[in-house]
Amino acid sequence: MDFLSDQSPEMLPGNRSLPPLQGAIEAPHGTTIVSASFPGGVVLAGDRRATMGNMIASRDMQKVFPADEYSAVGIAGTAGLAVEMVKLFQLELEHFEKVEGAQLSLEGKANRLSTMIRSNLAMAMQGLAVVPLFAGYDVDREKGRIFSYDVTGGRTEESGYAATGSGSIFARNAMKKLYREDLTEQQALTLVVQALYDAADDDSATGGPDVARRIYPIVTVITDEGFRRLNDQESSEIARSILERRLEQPDGPRAALL
Amino acid sequence: MSTPFYVSPQQAMADRAEYARKGIARGRSLVVLQYADGIVFVGENPSRALHKFSEIYDRIGFAAAGKYNEYENLRIGGVRYADLRGYTYDRDDVTARGLANVYAQTLGTIFSSAAEKPYEVELVVAEVGSAAEGDQIYRLPHDGSIVDEHGSVAVGGNSEQISSFLDQRHRDGMTLAEALKLAVQALSREPGGGEREIPAERLEVAVLDRTRPQQRKFKRIVGRQLARLLDTEAAGSTPTDAPSDTEDTDSTDSANSTDSTPGSTEETDK
Repeated sequence: MDFLSDQSPEMLPGNRSLPPLQGAIEAPHGTTIVSASFPGGVVLAGDRRATMGNMIASRDMQKVFPADEYSAVGIAGTAGLAVEMVKLFQLELEHFEKVEGAQLSLEGKANRLSTMIRSNLAMAMQGLAVVPLFAGYDVDREKGRIFSYDVTGGRTEESGYAATGSGSIFARNAMKKLYREDLTEQQALTLVVQALYDAADDDSATGGPDVARRIYPIVTVITDEGFRRLNDQESSEIARSILERRLEQPDGPRAALL
Repeated sequence: MSTPFYVSPQQAMADRAEYARKGIARGRSLVVLQYADGIVFVGENPSRALHKFSEIYDRIGFAAAGKYNEYENLRIGGVRYADLRGYTYDRDDVTARGLANVYAQTLGTIFSSAAEKPYEVELVVAEVGSAAEGDQIYRLPHDGSIVDEHGSVAVGGNSEQISSFLDQRHRDGMTLAEALKLAVQALSREPGGGEREIPAERLEVAVLDRTRPQQRKFKRIVGRQLARLLDTEAAGSTPTDAPSDTEDTDSTDSANSTDSTPGSTEETDK
C-alpha cells in the first residue's frame, strides 16, 4: 500500500482528481447484501442485480468476494468503484500476509477497510458511494463476526445479522423476525436467501432468484475451514425450496405473534 | 595527497566474485526439485521463523541461500513487484521469467557498482505450470546472471557436490515422498564424503503444488504432514503423497510463522 502510493499514486481510489461536474453521475449501482452469523461461522450473500437509474444494468453481477482465506466482502453502492476497492483490499491482505508471514487479525482487516471507504468520501458526496459489508471468521476468538460501514468509513460490529444496500431495510426486518442464535449452517444459509427474497419483493433495485435464466443469489459461508462459495447447484436448491413454499405463502414464513 | 592504488577491473571483479562466493558457501545448502505434481523446496534450517523459502505469487516460489538480511530484502522487493504487476494487469501476467529478470538486474547492478559490497546471496525462482512441461526453475547467482534449470537445483554450501549427486539420481515424475527422500539424502552428504543425520525438525520444506484447488499453489509442509511423508519413505512405500489441505487448516503459509520476530532479522543463517 505504501509502496503503491509512492510509486503510482493514481492507482489508488482516493487519489484521483475529479472533473467538475453538474448533477449526479449515472453509473451502475449494486444493491442488497445480507449477512448472518451462526455458531461456528458466518454466511454472507448478495443478490445479482445492478441498476443504473431505473434501468437494470446487469442481471448476474457478482457482489460478494472473498477477501482472503477467512473473510469476505459484500459490496453495495457504485459498482465500478466498489469492485476496485475490493480488488485493492484483497491485494493488501495478501501482500501483508506474504511480507509479514502472518495474517492480519480480523479487527485489523476491518479497520483497513474502514480507511479505504473514508478515502472515497469525496466521491461519495457526489453520489458515488461505496458501502460494503465485511464478514469473517475470527481465528483467535473462534467465531464468525460481521462489520457494517457507513459512507464516512464508520465501522460498527453487528451482532447476529446485518444488511446493506437499497433493499437492506426489508432484508434486515425479515431477518429480525427469523434470526435465532442457535441456527445451524444450513438454516443460516436459508435465512439469508429468505431475506434477499423479501428485499427483492419490496425493493425494485434488488433482484430475486431468476428461475428462467438460472441466476440465483451468491451465497458464501466462512467457517474455521475457510471461505467457501456455494456452487450454482447448492444455491439454486435453497432458492427453489424457498420459492416452492412462497407459492403457498407469498409473504414467507410467519413468526409467532407473541 | 596520496594517489589511489591502481587495481585492474578484472582483478576487482574477480575479488568481488570471490567474496560473494565465499559468503554463499558458508550458508547451508538447499535444493529445489521437480516432482510429478509440482516443485518441492527442501533445506536445512534451524529457525522456524526465518524462512529460506517463501511465496511470491500464485504459482511462484522463492528460495535463497546466503545472508538473511540481503535475501529478505530481495524477497520483499519480489513480492512488491509481483503484487503491483498483478494488480495493474492480471494475475496471469505475473511470471517467474519476469521476476527473474528483475532480480538479475538488481543483483547485476549491485555486483558491478563499486560503491556497494556485492550481495552474498544465490536465489532460485520457480514457477509451477499446469503440467510438468510448464514448470520453470531459474537460478540467480550473486553476479546477476540467470541460469534456466531443469529437474533439480542446489544452491549454497557445497552446492556443486549436491548438484552432481542430484543430477545422477533425479528423474521426471517422482512422487513427493521420493523427491523429498532424495533431497534429504543429498543434503545429508558431508563435503568430506561422509553422511550425517538431519532431524525432521531442522528441515524446512515447502511445495508449489499444481493440484491444489486454491489459486495460490504455495504451501509449507510442517509438523505431522512432514513426519508422515518422511515415514512413508522410511517404509519404502509411497501410497499417498499429495499434501492434503484438510490436514492443516492453515492451508496458506501464514499460521506457522506467527512468531516471527522482526527484530531478529540481523541474524545470518550460517
